[in-house]
Amino acid sequence: MKGLQIVVLGSIVPDPLQTLEPITGPTGPALKNEMMLPAVLDPWAGHALYEAANLAKKVEGKVTLVALGPKAKLQQVMMNVAQKVPFEIVVLDGPASGFTDAAETAKALAGAVEKIPGLDKGKLLIFGGWQSASRGTGAVLQMVGELLGITDQFQGVDEIKVSDDGSFTVLERIEGGSYQQSSCQGAPAVLGWATGNLPEPPNNPQVGMANMRLIMPALQKAAPAPLKGEGLRYQSVEVPSQRRETRIVKNASVDDIAREIADWIKA
Amino acid sequence: MKVLFLAHTEEGGSLGKAALEALGAAKGLGGELTIGLYGAEVQAGADSIAGCGATKFYGVAGADFASARYGSDASACEAIAKAAGADVIVMPATARASRVAAGVAMRLGAAVDTRLTGLEAVGGTIVGTRWFYRQRMVGRVERDARPWLVTVDSGCFDACTAPGTASVEMLSATVATRTVVTGIKSPAADAQTIRPEAKLLLVAGAGWGKSQPDGQKHLDEASQLILGLLSATQCSLGSSKSLVDQSGDGGALPFLTHMHQVGQTGSTPRHAKGLATCCHGEEPHVVGWRFIGERRAVNLDAGCGWAQGKADVLYVADAFAVVNKVVELLK
Repeated sequence: MKGLQIVVLGSIVPDPLQTLEPITGPTGPALKNEMMLPAVLDPWAGHALYEAANLAKKVEGKVTLVALGPKAKLQQVMMNVAQKVPFEIVVLDGPASGFTDAAETAKALAGAVEKIPGLDKGKLLIFGGWQSASRGTGAVLQMVGELLGITDQFQGVDEIKVSDDGSFTVLERIEGGSYQQSSCQGAPAVLGWATGNLPEPPNNPQVGMANMRLIMPALQKAAPAPLKGEGLRYQSVEVPSQRRETRIVKNASVDDIAREIADWIKA
Repeated sequence: MKVLFLAHTEEGGSLGKAALEALGAAKGLGGELTIGLYGAEVQAGADSIAGCGATKFYGVAGADFASARYGSDASACEAIAKAAGADVIVMPATARASRVAAGVAMRLGAAVDTRLTGLEAVGGTIVGTRWFYRQRMVGRVERDARPWLVTVDSGCFDACTAPGTASVEMLSATVATRTVVTGIKSPAADAQTIRPEAKLLLVAGAGWGKSQPDGQKHLDEASQLILGLLSATQCSLGSSKSLVDQSGDGGALPFLTHMHQVGQTGSTPRHAKGLATCCHGEEPHVVGWRFIGERRAVNLDAGCGWAQGKADVLYVADAFAVVNKVVELLK
């Protein structure tokens, strides 16, 4: 099937190597120095974006990234992401915090998807991460699908194969390192990606320049998406104090260490 | 307060461990308990918890609901939830239930929170505990909205079993889907390396793929040792992202996939014990064994951030030699 419209939902998260500390802000919990923390594209959204671009190349499709986040931070991150694969972007200027409500986020994203010019739901695949490195609820994609009336949904996807007639097969992760294999008659569908099978594409400055021609205007006309979090209250948010008293065993023989470990495993 | 425990059945109509634990969480809230089950068959599952104190049992069953599929599962859950009219809906965070929980909440106009690790009623207020930013911080949340649909993680609540004979009111649900589940791809039993039910998690770190004192990489030996320990203990295997990435590039252990990855960009499995080998790194990487009970580590750096303050015992030794000997002792 040619001309698939692949919409990737994804946003930014703090660089995983940063130390994160929660604080109480005026609207609820937040991260200390959140706007100062270096950000990256959420890893699962990244997998979804790269898989989308790979599929789009095969089916002569188009990829649109719909991102909800602070547009200044999004602009910084897009300078790098834009060099990876070709895509267009729709920006919603709002919080990308892990403490926002998944349903509110889903409503904002679904509204933005509906407004994509030339959207044809018969050719629509919604991609995104099945988890995220912020809220990690695995809830937003399902709700966006429901709001768009899409009832063929897949989560934990590592592979999609699209046939010429538009039907496709999907591998979804399930428990115990197994996959569930499904076939679907075709778009529209929602796919929440796990890691997929593709490596991160190398930077391509030409792709970056072409993308940024569209990304910068999109950032400038980003629609505000304030998420109010009404009815959601946090009693507390804290970094767990789980420091353990570590017994360090140095200069012991391999035999002694192995025996102690074997006894511990058997106990 | 009306509480609905909503879960899918397994093959043969029984309820899995995660479902029974979710029932324990639902019961812990107090209130009027209703049971809702869906799957190919539900009577056996209902009978296994008939004495749990529920006032009503609903079921959606049939061939259409045998497989984990969004369109059919969401319809079944929606039908049960609407019939039950509950204030709080508790589901297990299995792969199957997690695939539909948020979508069902949207259909019901319900609030939703997933993967709770705690759920309690405190003075008339229901409070859920969940983790944020990949298990790096924990929060307690409450909601005004009802219904409130939650999924609860396995390993956090006591399982509830109360066998008897249940009278189940069967409901019908309209299936709207263009999806067919065609099969399950599982590794062969002797090649199984991810075992959620195992007592022990073995975490293999990047050190297994690095050059050893002789200046050479010993990937074949590393593979044999790791698989030997897996075979001897029937433990589950997790790995750091760096080793998985090396393996994907053909540079390390051939049996590792991204499904083994634990930590910031992987899973955070729950096991009673964890043995980390050749793992290094600081807090962002260590979240992979956040939910491991007893933790021990073997590596060559006594000051390693992976173990200091996070493991109960750190053995400063060559993991190749130690694991080789452990396998011998456990054979």
